[in-house]
Amino acid sequence: MIAIIDYGVGNLFSLNASLKYMNIESEVTKDAQHIRDADKIILPGVGAFKDAYDKLESTGLIPVLDEEVKKGKCLLGICLGMQLLFEKSYEYGEHKGLCYLKGNIYPLRDDIPSNYNVPEIGWNKLFAVKENDPLLKYTDNEPYVYYVHSYYAKADVDSLAAYSEYGVKVSGYVHKDNVFGTQFHPEKSGRDGLNILKAFDEID
Amino acid sequence: MITKRIIPCLDVRNGRVVKGKNFINIKDVDNPVSLAKFYNDEGADELVFYDITASAEGRSLFSDVLKETASNIFIPLTVGGNIRTLDDFDRVLKSGADKVSVNSGAIENPKLISEAAEKYGNQCVVLSMDVKRTDGKFTVFAKGGRINTGIDAIKWVKECTKNGAGEVVVNSIDTDGVKNGFDIEMLRQVCESTDVPVIASGGAGKMKDFLDLFKEVPSVSAGLAASVFHFGEIKIKDLKKYLSDNGIEMRI
Repeated sequence: MIAIIDYGVGNLFSLNASLKYMNIESEVTKDAQHIRDADKIILPGVGAFKDAYDKLESTGLIPVLDEEVKKGKCLLGICLGMQLLFEKSYEYGEHKGLCYLKGNIYPLRDDIPSNYNVPEIGWNKLFAVKENDPLLKYTDNEPYVYYVHSYYAKADVDSLAAYSEYGVKVSGYVHKDNVFGTQFHPEKSGRDGLNILKAFDEID
Repeated sequence: MITKRIIPCLDVRNGRVVKGKNFINIKDVDNPVSLAKFYNDEGADELVFYDITASAEGRSLFSDVLKETASNIFIPLTVGGNIRTLDDFDRVLKSGADKVSVNSGAIENPKLISEAAEKYGNQCVVLSMDVKRTDGKFTVFAKGGRINTGIDAIKWVKECTKNGAGEVVVNSIDTDGVKNGFDIEMLRQVCESTDVPVIASGGAGKMKDFLDLFKEVPSVSAGLAASVFHFGEIKIKDLKKYLSDNGIEMRI
């Protein structure tokens, strides 16, 4: 069973529907015990970094997440949920993240040519850095995945698993030990996205 | 590189997809869920649903259609039509929309965009505008293109994106339904006035119209059309292959 953390940020309809479609058992929850009992955890999220972090903090679930991650439970952050896994974000100031992964979050606008739109909205090709990564085992080689974001992670080399080009190398998929994150939305990335969720569910 | 997107638009009335020409003469086309599935299988990059029903009953049918679509199709869904309040945002987001497009609602209540962007994030708020040339200027029309608001379209785009609209759909009333190509001149000006992705709508009649769009306005992000897809005049699969063969980056 996968626990999808409900902390009042974003729309969980599609994520829940896509897991259901793949026959993956999931529950949207903010109950600490349910999260402890789950096999895996997904941290979703859209909107602004600080607002999301504050909301997550106010649920009291951060110590639960810290504990579960430390124990080795698999956690997947999606979009802003992935950004929260890092140390710091420079979205409207400087804000602390969950610090499960090394690296920080920066505004796309500062690092890309002026003819690139912000937000980045649309399908972009994902280039794997690590061979035989468990989450990409069912996807096409260099699949297209769907992005919507204005900030991006500069992940440390030890966690960068795949990237996309958008005038700069965007950390598309990060993975270190039991912590996973996708900047793109697997639940909106067609068949390849569904296969990424399936692969996450199957990790031992 | 990010691909250009091809987006079919489904106008839904009383639970059925319909299509009109220049916003009038509405024809019944298909069941929205099966049409959405068909487009998904053909390789559509995103779908737009416009709710053009006026009644509460039609609106609840629309929510059902949306839920069923979003439970079966895993590409982005944008929903527009009758979006006037944050409650309307809430209603369609809970039924499976990923992005919500506002048109007349933003004209009636200029705070709608900033409030929605603050609550749901800029990525969720799409400005949709119907634009027509009047006295040599691009002017925004409201209520499905029936009412001249007198608002300058370029200024409107700048204001709405500053307030938090993360994407803009530009429907040219002059070219809509005419099937003689997108409104290149208008789209160029809109793209120059904003940083956010711009989706072109109105005028697609043949595959070359999309190629001209992406070649002549390289900063445009997507091409949207309805009847040419609904009536099978253009197959999305063929269109994407044709564009890709002609040097336009596509998700194939």
